Amino acid sequence: MVDKVEFELVSPAKLLYAGAVDMVVVPGSEGDFGVLPGHAPLISLVRPGVINIHDEGRVEQRIFVAGGFAEVTQTRCTVLADEAMPVTDIDRAKAEGRLQAARVRLGEADSEADKAAAWHEIGVAEALISAAG
Amino acid sequence: MASLKDLRNRIASVKSTQKITAAMKMVAASKLKRAQDQAEAARPYAERMERMLGSLAAAVGSSAGAPKLLSGTGADRVHLLVVVTADRGLCGAFNGQVVRAARNLVHKLKADGKEVKILCVGRKGRDGLKRDFAGMILDTLDGLTRRGVQVEAADAIAARVSAMFADGDFDVCNVLYNRFKSAISQEFTSQQIIPFPAPLAPAAEDGARAAGPAAIYEFEPEEEAILKDILPRNLGIQLYRALLESYAGEQGARMAAMDNATRNAGEMIGRLTLNYNRTRQASITREMIEIVSGAEAV
Repeated sequence: MVDKVEFELVSPAKLLYAGAVDMVVVPGSEGDFGVLPGHAPLISLVRPGVINIHDEGRVEQRIFVAGGFAEVTQTRCTVLADEAMPVTDIDRAKAEGRLQAARVRLGEADSEADKAAAWHEIGVAEALISAAG
Repeated sequence: MASLKDLRNRIASVKSTQKITAAMKMVAASKLKRAQDQAEAARPYAERMERMLGSLAAAVGSSAGAPKLLSGTGADRVHLLVVVTADRGLCGAFNGQVVRAARNLVHKLKADGKEVKILCVGRKGRDGLKRDFAGMILDTLDGLTRRGVQVEAADAIAARVSAMFADGDFDVCNVLYNRFKSAISQEFTSQQIIPFPAPLAPAAEDGARAAGPAAIYEFEPEEEAILKDILPRNLGIQLYRALLESYAGEQGARMAAMDNATRNAGEMIGRLTLNYNRTRQASITREMIEIVSGAEAV
C-alpha cells in the first residue's frame, strides 16, 4: 500500500468509487491537481470537470463531477461531488438540453442568487458537453 | 345478543379493513426497501462531509473572520426547531414520538428563558404541536415526500433556514427527526445544524492528522472561501439526511403498524366467526325444540 493512494468519490446519492489507485487527477477550482501517495494535506474546491483515475499505468476510469470538495491527506483522497457520473454514461443530447434550460433560466432570473445559480448550471452543462465530446 | 345479520355485517367489514391494512403493509414494505437503500447510500457523503468540515473548523478555529454558520451569532437566545415528521398517520407511534420529544424540548427551552420558533416539515408535526404552540410555528412544509425524498426539497429548506439565519431570526438551529435504525425501530434524534457543532476531539485516524490537525492542511482557495461554499452545502446535506432517515423510518413504522393491524383483524375475524357459528347453532337448536315441543303438545 506504500505506492497507492486510497481514493473515494461520493455524491449525495451514492458512493461511486472506492479503492487504491496509482494517481487521481482532480479538477480543482485553482487548476487541475494530481494526487500521488504522500501528497501534502489539502482541502480544495472542485470545479465541474472530469476526474481521471490512473491505475496500472493507464487511465482506468474517467468520472464527471459537477463541482464539490476534495480532501487530500498523505494516504487518502476524498472527493465529495455535488453530482457525478462516469464519462461513458453521459448523454450528449441530455447535456445540451440542460444547457438550453440553464440559459432560459438565466434569462428569467431576477435575483442575484438566481442568476448565480443559473451561471453555475451553465458551467456544469458546458463541462458535461465537453467531457462527452 | 347481536343478530345473525349484524354479525355477518361485522365480519364483512372487518375483512375489508384487513384487506386495506394488508395492502398498506405491502406498499410500505416496498417503499421501505427503496427508502432504506437511499438513506444508506447517502450516509457516506454526509459522514465525509462532517469529517472534512471538522478539519476545516479546526483550522479556522473561532477566529473573528469565521463565518457565522460555523461560529454562531455568539448568542443563545432564540432557538429554531425543525421538526421532521410524516405527512400521514397510520404509522404507529412514529409521529407521536417526535411530537412528544419536541414538546418536551420546547418546554425545557422556555423554562430556560429562551425564545423558540418551530418550522414543521410534515403535516403531522404541525397537527401535534399547534394546540400548545400555535404562536411559535412559523410555517409547515408538507407534501415533500410524496414522490420520495429529493435533494431539491432539502436544499429548499436549507435555503430558507439560512436566509432566516442571515436575517438574524434565530441563534441556534436544531433538527428533530426519527433516525432509521431497523425496519421495526426508529430512534429519536436531535441534531444541531447551526452553528456547526465543532468535533469534540479531532479524529485521530491517520498519523498525519493526529500530529496536529490545526496546521497541516493547505487550502485552495483560502479557508474562508471554501467555508462559504461548504457550509450551506452541509446544511442541505444534513437536512437531506434527516429527511431520508425520517422517510425510511416512517415506512418501517407504517409497515410494523399495518402488520399488527392485519394480525389483529385476523384475530377479530376468528372471534366473530366463532360467535356467529354459535349464534347460528343456538337458533337452530331453539327452532328444533320449538318443533319438537309443538309436536308433543298435539
